[in-house]
Amino acid sequence: MRNPIIQEIEKEFTTREVPDFIPGDTVRVSVRIIEGTRERIQDFEGVVLARNNGGVDENFVVRKISAGIGVERTFCFHSPKVEKIKVVRRGRVRRAKLYYLRERSGKGARIRERKY
Amino acid sequence: MPVRLLGKKIGMTRMIQENGDMVPVTVLQVNPGKIVQEKTPKKEGYRAVQLAFCEVGENRVNKSRLGHFKKAKTKPHRYLREFRLLGDESYKLGDEVKVDVFVEGELVDVTGVSKGKGFAGGVKRHHWRGGPKTHGSRFHRAPGSIGACATPGEVDKGRNMPGHMGQEKVTVQCLRVMRVDADKNLLLVKGAVPGANNGIVSVKKSVKA
Repeated sequence: MRNPIIQEIEKEFTTREVPDFIPGDTVRVSVRIIEGTRERIQDFEGVVLARNNGGVDENFVVRKISAGIGVERTFCFHSPKVEKIKVVRRGRVRRAKLYYLRERSGKGARIRERKY
Repeated sequence: MPVRLLGKKIGMTRMIQENGDMVPVTVLQVNPGKIVQEKTPKKEGYRAVQLAFCEVGENRVNKSRLGHFKKAKTKPHRYLREFRLLGDESYKLGDEVKVDVFVEGELVDVTGVSKGKGFAGGVKRHHWRGGPKTHGSRFHRAPGSIGACATPGEVDKGRNMPGHMGQEKVTVQCLRVMRVDADKNLLLVKGAVPGANNGIVSVKKSVKA
């Protein structure tokens, strides 16, 4: 249990609403990139491998295959660098951390769609 | 300002800057301290003030302490610490020193008692390199040679060896003040501070700033 004083301080930095997605979902994260004086938005789309909860530290890992090479990025929910998070596809998986996907590719790395 | 302020380490968190940077901060609760005694060159031979911290009920202190606090017309406190005065500042008994003596962005030194590590070996205590773990090595984390033979015929004084580690006074210099909250008596400094959570620490303006 976090100290109430610390929780109070963290509240200020955790104003963003946490989007509803879980590991296995495919998300598109819009990231703010500053090049010199110019600012632009870059999208990073991939499968969510893991979510780590906990106040301001809350973060999630997204994996995608870029030009045949696996790329993983960890994003902080509450970072102003993350412009927005959009859920593209919902996946059905049986564990909370999908690190096993790192050793798989192609057919083996498929995730079944979650239906409601 | 007084040389130091007393506070309690609450714990660590992080602050998110506008440009997305994460800054690790330690939260210190610095309740107003009371000056309960002033030492003068005339009487004690040096200049210092005694600062009280953490208010408690009257039944928590013994009679002699109670009298000491009554003299300064303050409520009893749990901790008393004396700090030398180097400048020509002057204080009255019962004066309150608050966290707002610090300003955002300034550098401070924080002193606390480090976490106890018990009887620690040389690798942990003095950062010895240790030996190889494998390849037939029979020398792992042991001290090795601690001196020569008949000349000098003794072990050097101060030779670093395994022993008790931690639970000693440690000062971390030049921590930046990220925020001063005078209403809640909170001080947020960048980086880590010695000791466990709920430990008592003292904060002063950095000697190097």
